Amino acid sequence: MLTAKSQKRDSASLLIKGGHVIDPAAKINAAMDILLRDGRVTEVALPNKIRGGADQKFDARGLIVAPGFIDLHVHLREPGQSYKETIASGTAAASASGFTSVCTMPNTQPVVDTAEWVAWLRNPERGAVVNVFPIAAATRGSRGGTLTDFAALQRAGAVAVTDDGKPILDDDVMRMALRLGAEVNFPVVQHAEDTRLTENCSMHAGPTSFRLGLRAMPAAAEAAIVDRDVTLAQQIRESRLHVAHLSTADALKSVRRGKRAKARVTCEVAPHHFTLIDENVGEYDTNFKMNPPLRSAADREAILVALADGTVDAIATDHAPHAAHEKQVEFERASFGITGLETALALAITRLHREQKIPLTRIVELFTAGPARVFDLPGRGSLVRGSHADVTIFDPKKRWTFEAAKSHSLSHNTPFDGWQFTGRVVATIVGGKIVYRIE
Amino acid sequence: MNIPARGSLLGIERLEAKEILGLLKLARRMNPQKARPLLRGKRIVLLFYEASTRTRSSFEFAAKSLGAMTTLVQSSGSSIEKGESLLDTGYTLRAVGADCIVIRHPSAGAPHLMAQHLDIPIINAGDGMHEHPSQALLDAFTILKHKKTLKGLQATIIGDIFHSRVARSACHLLTKFGVKLTLCGPPEFVPEVAATLVPGLRITRHIEDALRGTDVIMLLRVQKERLAGQKIRLQDYIARYQMTTARLKLAKRDAIVMHPGPIIRGLELTAEVADGPQSVIVDEVHNGVPTRMAILARALGKAK
Repeated sequence: MLTAKSQKRDSASLLIKGGHVIDPAAKINAAMDILLRDGRVTEVALPNKIRGGADQKFDARGLIVAPGFIDLHVHLREPGQSYKETIASGTAAASASGFTSVCTMPNTQPVVDTAEWVAWLRNPERGAVVNVFPIAAATRGSRGGTLTDFAALQRAGAVAVTDDGKPILDDDVMRMALRLGAEVNFPVVQHAEDTRLTENCSMHAGPTSFRLGLRAMPAAAEAAIVDRDVTLAQQIRESRLHVAHLSTADALKSVRRGKRAKARVTCEVAPHHFTLIDENVGEYDTNFKMNPPLRSAADREAILVALADGTVDAIATDHAPHAAHEKQVEFERASFGITGLETALALAITRLHREQKIPLTRIVELFTAGPARVFDLPGRGSLVRGSHADVTIFDPKKRWTFEAAKSHSLSHNTPFDGWQFTGRVVATIVGGKIVYRIE
Repeated sequence: MNIPARGSLLGIERLEAKEILGLLKLARRMNPQKARPLLRGKRIVLLFYEASTRTRSSFEFAAKSLGAMTTLVQSSGSSIEKGESLLDTGYTLRAVGADCIVIRHPSAGAPHLMAQHLDIPIINAGDGMHEHPSQALLDAFTILKHKKTLKGLQATIIGDIFHSRVARSACHLLTKFGVKLTLCGPPEFVPEVAATLVPGLRITRHIEDALRGTDVIMLLRVQKERLAGQKIRLQDYIARYQMTTARLKLAKRDAIVMHPGPIIRGLELTAEVADGPQSVIVDEVHNGVPTRMAILARALGKAK
């Protein structure tokens, strides 16, 4: 598949030949060759039209060549919880999943609420193999009180702010966060959960939680916060609101309202929320416990519609690794969250493309142009000439079985162990270098 | 995760009617007064993470009546206090030589976790708000001492169904045998979603409506501390839902009054009803021992 030529040239170049390029941002959906040089896309041309040699060639016949995937929502657990995941292990899992960029959540130990910690995350010593874009805390210690120094965090390389894991509950604090965000052009990412309604709750409120005797989170706990936030975003000029891991039909209504009013409101959906529902918790399987929880069939249906019609801006994994001892406990005591990187594309192709008939172009958009727009990542999410040489190459027809034990992540808390999928990443290229290639 | 060991009793929901009948038949043959050394040499651990009078003592008497050894492990005074996880406690008890664990736990699903990781039978003696299968079985046993058959009976459960594992197990058991079941209480205690638990459940907010023509009345304890957080006031609850002699007259003349205990006289029922001729509350406690003998005999493969 890969042929290395002589390394005479100073500049490293890679020619991806024979593939089918899907680049929604550039409106390309055709057989194309792509030349990468010096970390940038230098040519996109019809097959066999690129003249001159390249150091390396990648034979992409039968494969889809897409802009590098961007995951807006991962927990890589550093600093502080490297027994769950590290930047190195988490980005290795990302590379094996086609993600060339990941945005890390700040709910670490300590919370990433200073420029120093943002810089620490971006330090090459962390051993990242894909691009890491830190999201910093919106309030100090994510305690929901005093805002952090957005401008300083931005200068250090943060791409957004959030108190993820917790909501920004207080109306005034959220208003101030959106205002300050507007000043520096920073999206405020909200984990929408009215925690006054969800204390000690471990799953979605419905027939399944009643049957299992579990205290449960009503859908309204999410919808109420999204509704308030959208209203604030409409009131505050130039503010940017991004709704993390949206999971309910009612929250979607608010997002649609904001978008119609031309407010800068965006949202992401996690693969587990378009795949699973509360009933799948079964007999207290803690690998089906996450926050927001798996919702009702009607919520999933609404999410599928919103993925197809453009309301949803991005698919984001909410990759949340946990050690076995944090999951093999009573359901109510188990940590919230599941790993998600390595099953994201497979679930999107299997569930959205093959079953729901959502076109592949739209799916690629949800992994590329969509997320790049949400956090305004220049030169990412497209393969137009001059873009960063981040490329994801996948086989949309490849059938395979996911085995959690073979995961690249340090943790194996996934509900999809043993699932059969169609669609698999073949190679991941970051800055012109192949960082992952299927064996 | 593994399938629970044979003989485990995690809940009523997944039991088939014929398994339930088998247990009830076995319970009728059990006589606590005449010890049978069916389980001689067996070690049964009573692992109680929550307070219990009836369930714990009757499981212990049941085990001993069958010749088994028992040991009680409670959260206070054990390594649980030091932070040992549920599974590690289970592995430890298995290593000590437990042949069966009877577990009561405040978290729903705790017995399921044990059963998925241990190769010995796990008996659920009440898990959070989920199920209390041995209570449902002894209640069925009690009903059948007073009624010929379950099929066609009209029963009503009154009180805090939302928080009640007894109610969930009873709903599963009674409806499996064609009992027409009504749930009665304010929305805080009987939310609409309760009707989805099993097909055919009826909800009413009016006790008079619930009682009319009923054969079996099951009352649940009202936990004052739970009322505190709710919109409903204690006096209102008593006025609307307390079982009184006058209200009892709305039910069938031979209706029985049940309560899993502990009862709070003057709250969910009056003393006259609790001690009245239609009350079978003491019978229920009494029947707990033979029912739990049957559960343990089945668990340890001696159910002949």
